[in-house]
Parts: sequence; C-alpha cells; structure tokens
Amino acid sequence: MDFSFMRDTFFSLLSGVPLTLNLALTAVAFGAVLAMLLALMRMSGIRVLDAIAQAYVFVFRGTPLLVQIFLIYYGLGQFRPTLQELGLWTFFREPYWCAVLALTLNTGAYASEIFRGGLQSVPHQQVEAARACGMSGFLLFRRIVFPIAVRQALPAYGSEIILMVKATSLASVITMMEVTGIAAKLISQTFRAVEVFVVAGLIYLILNFAITRIIMALEWWLSPHLRRPPAVEPRLEAAHV
Amino acid sequence: MQQLSYFELVGFGPNGWGWALLTATGMTLAVAACGFLIGSVVGTFVAWGKIGGNLAVRSLADGYTTVLRGIPDLLVIYLFYFGGSAALGAIGSLFGAEGFIGVPAFLTGALAIGIVSGAYQAEVFRGAFQVVSKGEIEAARSVGMHRWLMFRRIIAPQVLRYAIPGLGNTWQLVLKESALISVTGLVELLRQSHIAAGSTRRPFDFYITAAVLYLIITWVSTYLFQRAETYSLRGLRRAS
Repeated sequence: MDFSFMRDTFFSLLSGVPLTLNLALTAVAFGAVLAMLLALMRMSGIRVLDAIAQAYVFVFRGTPLLVQIFLIYYGLGQFRPTLQELGLWTFFREPYWCAVLALTLNTGAYASEIFRGGLQSVPHQQVEAARACGMSGFLLFRRIVFPIAVRQALPAYGSEIILMVKATSLASVITMMEVTGIAAKLISQTFRAVEVFVVAGLIYLILNFAITRIIMALEWWLSPHLRRPPAVEPRLEAAHV
Repeated sequence: MQQLSYFELVGFGPNGWGWALLTATGMTLAVAACGFLIGSVVGTFVAWGKIGGNLAVRSLADGYTTVLRGIPDLLVIYLFYFGGSAALGAIGSLFGAEGFIGVPAFLTGALAIGIVSGAYQAEVFRGAFQVVSKGEIEAARSVGMHRWLMFRRIIAPQVLRYAIPGLGNTWQLVLKESALISVTGLVELLRQSHIAAGSTRRPFDFYITAAVLYLIITWVSTYLFQRAETYSLRGLRRAS
C-alpha cells in the first residue's frame, strides 16, 4: 500500500463529504415531513387516504432507488415541453434537485412505516389519561402522542438515516460528485481500486459512526425516565445517637 | 417517423422491446439469486464465527458485518469490478498479456452482492440461532450427535424456520441492489431499459416499465416468502 497516495486520496474524497451530507440531510428533512404525512394518512381511518398512502409505500419500497432516480432525471425529460410550459424544467434539469427529490420520496416511504410503528406504540392509557385531563386534538398530539412516538421510533429512524447516507452514493450515477462519485473517478483514473475503496469506506464509516453516536445521545436525552436516578450523597451523621 | 404507442414500444411486435426486457428481467433474477446464494454461504460462516469463534474470529466477523453494512453497495461493486480487472491484469502481465482485462460483469456483480448480503444474512442467522432453545442442542448432544450431524438435523432446520422473515427482507434488498450492477455494463433490467430509452428517446416509458417489472418481482417474492413462512411454522403452536 502506498500511503502518500492514500493521503492524497483522503483529501480529494474529503471534498465530497459536504455534498454527501447535504444530499442526505436535505432528503431526510423533507422526507420526515412526507413520512409524517403518510403515517397520519395511514392512521386516519379514512379508507381513501389509507389506500393512497399504502400504495405509495408499496411502490417506493418495491422498486430500486436507482430506477426512481433514473425515472426522475432521465424519464421526465420525455415531457420536457410540458415541464417547460409549467416552469418546472429548471428544477428537473438539475441533477442535484432530481437526486434530492428521489431520495426524499424514497425515504418518505420507508420512514412512514417507522413513524407508524412509533405512533401505534403509544400506550392507550396515556391517551386516555390526557383526554381525562381535557386535552384533545393538536394539544394531545403535541404533548403526549408525538414525544412518546418519537422516542419509540428513534432507533429505527437512526438506521434509516444511515441508509440515506449510503443511498446518496447513487447520486454519483447522475453526475453528482459526492464521495462515491469522486472515488469512482479516482479509481478509473488510477486503477488502484483497493486503496481508493479503503479510504472511501473509511470516510463513510466515520460519517455513520458519528450519526449513530448523535442518535444514541438523542435517545439518552429523550428518556430521562428510564435512567437510574443520580446517586444521593449519603448523610454522614449517624442515624441513632 | 410516426410515434409508436406505448404498447407497441414495450410489446412483442417487430418494433417492440418486450423480449429484450423479459430476457433482462431473467438476468436480474439470475444475478440476484446467485448473489443471494453466495451471501447465504458467506453469512452462515460469518454467523458461525460470531457465535462459536474465539475472540479473534469473533471480532473479525463483527468487523465484517459492521463495515459491509456501513458503506455504500455501489463502492463494493466498484471495488469488485475495477479491483478484479486490475488483479486479472496483474496476473495476465505475468504471462505476457498486456492491457485491460475485463472481468465478467455477471461474476463481479454476483460476488459483490453476495459479499454485501452475507453481512445482512449473518445477522439474520445469528438472531435466528439465538431463538433455538438450548435444550434442543443439549438433547442432541446427549443422544451422541456430533457437530455436523447436529448442525444438519437440529440447528439448520430450526434456524432456517426462524430466519425466513429476515431472509425475505434480505432478498428484497438484494433484488434492489442488483439494479446497481447496471453500472458495470451487465445487461439486466435497468441497463436494458437504459439502452432502450437511449435508442428510442422514450426514457419515461421504459423506466416506468422497469419499475413495474421490479414491483411484480418484489410482490411475488413477498407472497412466496409468506407461503414459506406459514409452511415452516405448520408444526408450531402459536401463542395468541
């Protein structure tokens, strides 16, 4: 192994990290809103909304992400005149926005199932107790249901965020130069696949390790009731004199 | 030239791409199935290392599953494709061959998928093994079964029974991952759609067809795995 080559590779790949994180975080942020919407649709009890959300999840979880990216980036080009008329072409012309859109739609489908699991895990007693105190509607959701659901869903949602970071690598196929895109370029220029792979893999592992830690810290912060109470200083004077 | 209708385009007529798409779907299934089987073999050994290995083997197995589940699959595919060609080129130059030697895309694709899905399957097998009751294994040992016989008669059937749902999830992952192999030029479903889209300038029609074909495959496999699950649980009493 050639360490000076690996050091240079490390710094070239590092320049792709901002784009990787940018894609992942933008998609996760928009995807979370979409997922919440889908989860509420599934739990609304209105049959039409439930069926729409179910079909959406089925389609986006049942097809490869790369197909979704190609469908948006190349496929919509077939309707270019229409899109130009609508003024949407400037959006769909950019590989960045196509990648963000595909990742958002994709993570929305996966995360909605996670959120639904979290919402369903909220104990009935809690809701009943809140109703007994006179809470209802949005207040009940904001104060009782949402916090409990978030805490339940957080571990699974953490894995989904990591999956998203990995999924951003597919954006390299539509010319986005994030970490994998730069790695592919370096490999095809130098033919030193193993060294580039090791360095790129290391970068992804560091990113994912950091995300795992952040999620773990969030989990710890959100569950004070599950922690052992802080040790009380024993009183020094004797109990009986 | 007059515009072909959608059904002429993806149909089986003289100008249709139907047969090409169907063949490519077969290729997708073949490469996914090969990758999945390689992954099962890898996963079995890695799970074995995680359960029964000494500290060195265990940390090696843990490292493998952590690393392979933490890096993008596309990178692994690039490693196998370009790394394989580089290695073959180095071997070839020993024998006097010169220049770039391409590795068969099917082989590298199946291997890359196998190595990645092996990490997921190892976790599935390990989880399933922990459900097998210790009493069964003690009973097998007490009637004098040796390791291989015990594995074949007692452990493998029960682990497989509990692993079916997890294996179903892994198979879906593998299926979707197989689309990534199109970057190496293997003519599977996505690559074929790309080719057809390029030559007819009807990208949307072909990618939506590919999406529908993928959906059919995942839908049928979900059904088959559900059937397999009910079949495997036929002897078990459900606590309900």
